[in-house]
Amino acid sequence: MANTNFEKYKSDGSLQGNLLEWFDARFPATAMWKGHLSEYYAPKNFNFWYFFGSLALLVLVIQIVTGIFLVMHYKPDASLNANGVPVAFASVEYIMRDVPWGWMIRYMHSTGASAFFIVVYLHMFRGLMYGSYRKPRELTWLFGVGIFLCLMGEAFFGYLLPWGQMSFWGAQVIVNLFSAIPLIGEPLSIWLRGDFVIGDATLNRFFSFHVIAFPLVLLGLIAAHILALHETGSNNPDGVEIKAKKDEKGIPLDGIPFHPYYTVKDIVGVVVFLMAFSAIMFFSPEGGGYFLERPNFYPADPLKTPPHIAPVWYFTPYYSILRAMVWPLFGLDAKFWGVVAMGASVMIFAALPWLDKSPVKSIRYRGPIYKAFLTLFVISFFILGYLGTQSPSYWGEKISQVCSLIYFGFFLLMPWYSKVDKYRPAPDRVTK
Amino acid sequence: MKKILVALLFAPLMAFASGAALHLDKWPGTVADKPALQNGAKLFVNYCLNCHGASFLRYNKLTELGLTEQQIKDNLMFTAEKIGEPMRVAARTEDQKKWFGAAPPDLTIIARARASEYGSGADWLYTYLRQFYRDDNRPTGWNNVVFENVGMPHILWELQGEQILNKDHKLELAVPGKLAPKDYDKAVSDLVGFMVWMGEPMQEQRQTIGWFVLAFLAVLCVFAYKLKKEYWKDIH
Repeated sequence: MANTNFEKYKSDGSLQGNLLEWFDARFPATAMWKGHLSEYYAPKNFNFWYFFGSLALLVLVIQIVTGIFLVMHYKPDASLNANGVPVAFASVEYIMRDVPWGWMIRYMHSTGASAFFIVVYLHMFRGLMYGSYRKPRELTWLFGVGIFLCLMGEAFFGYLLPWGQMSFWGAQVIVNLFSAIPLIGEPLSIWLRGDFVIGDATLNRFFSFHVIAFPLVLLGLIAAHILALHETGSNNPDGVEIKAKKDEKGIPLDGIPFHPYYTVKDIVGVVVFLMAFSAIMFFSPEGGGYFLERPNFYPADPLKTPPHIAPVWYFTPYYSILRAMVWPLFGLDAKFWGVVAMGASVMIFAALPWLDKSPVKSIRYRGPIYKAFLTLFVISFFILGYLGTQSPSYWGEKISQVCSLIYFGFFLLMPWYSKVDKYRPAPDRVTK
Repeated sequence: MKKILVALLFAPLMAFASGAALHLDKWPGTVADKPALQNGAKLFVNYCLNCHGASFLRYNKLTELGLTEQQIKDNLMFTAEKIGEPMRVAARTEDQKKWFGAAPPDLTIIARARASEYGSGADWLYTYLRQFYRDDNRPTGWNNVVFENVGMPHILWELQGEQILNKDHKLELAVPGKLAPKDYDKAVSDLVGFMVWMGEPMQEQRQTIGWFVLAFLAVLCVFAYKLKKEYWKDIH
């Protein structure tokens, strides 16, 4: 700071007033700070489940920052180097060995990918439990579903980049799914790959999607998600609208300013999360073969199909639903219906605000039917996830069909069971 | 109720537990044993590097095993001119394709790739390198218990000797090699140790740093929690 403003310092030495005033006259800095943090009133009864929104934001920052450094050294090039190894694959090992702290940055990014899904799944489950998707937060929920879709795309494109066996064959399997669409399927899959097989053209476009297109959309959607949330105000474990009861100043009686109360609380969450994150990253970065799949330590080989192609764990529930569809219908391939079922299993989250007819939001005041359905849904989600990591088998197929039915039943039967289910009236004010 | 749920959750796991299991011997070594890794490096350079590259590992990285650059140049560096060069294979890839049908894979990260639900990559390598046996039906004259119809001949045969698969499908040492079985196991263990190290040379450093990071976070956690308590004491 130059000394030209010296006479404008206050007696205590601070410049706050002047610089901020200059700024605020040109940009709503203080207004935004107040609106989104220091005077954003959040319910005071947030519990454990309310950490995962801010943690998702933290993981996003980790992914972006580590990603920036990885792009400095990574080369999206499928051609072979002098040692007969694909350049892309070799550049990842170069990062692991020759770039100072490269191994740490890469492990942060690879662990971050799995952490992102863990955190986002828990965040979504919170929404299911406390009815956060219900009126008036439908748009917040829809933006969230958009973020989830985008995140899946981002993860899928990123997974090709190390150019290992699982990168290559995973992408091959998924892009081939599009060829099951009648008439346009075959040309569509060639258009997506830019080649008849996954190749250099595919690697380059996936790189572009992963580092530019999807992060941009993701950031936009996240901004919209938070803006929409701050417009309606946050839900809470009681599913009570805190804005219904305000004091004479117009401040919700059960609300507390997000900053400092939830900022200091979220710092605790962040530190505990980072401990778990570091434990994996420093002591088991492969995550038992789930975070970094073993076959991906072999360079991509278009001539050698691995005996068992499994997607990364966070896609396995949907992959199971895809494989559970084994019946051709209306003259169309079973594979096509598998793709439809898989797509529907993700998209159906968007319909939730209009499927739920219960008079209460939170699971705390709902009846046994909803609780049973939610429990069954979570169990089937886990079983589908496990089965998706396994080779196809007779019993695996049968179990995944039952679980898929439960999965869809949770959503499609909701208009009925949420209406007939017992409930306790929700209180006027939040409880402890 | 909870018990039933847990049982339901694990039922599919049981259904899949009965697969053809691959029996692997546990690798007895550790990457902390630097003299063993040095011996492993010697074996690797003398036996493996003729056909397999380790192209992600530079020769000067071997200084981390306690060797001096001069020792590396004099004893281990046969396929490079400069100490900063990677451990390339002596033979050319195109020639190897002609000789073996496929180029032998690069081995730098093979110990990580070979891990499976049956054991670590080290276990696999330790078992694989000790379970070659004579098989006249194979073009190389060799076969392997854990890697059936393997393309690679038993390159360490002069050390181990020749095993055969007897009538009970058990391995039997028919012709003794230069090393006694116990010494051969130790040599293979050293070699595997080297390969585990080269798969991720920073693995020990990674864990050391991990302890410091966790210790720091544990302290930070206490302060973060106290700060939260202090702010929240007026919220009821």
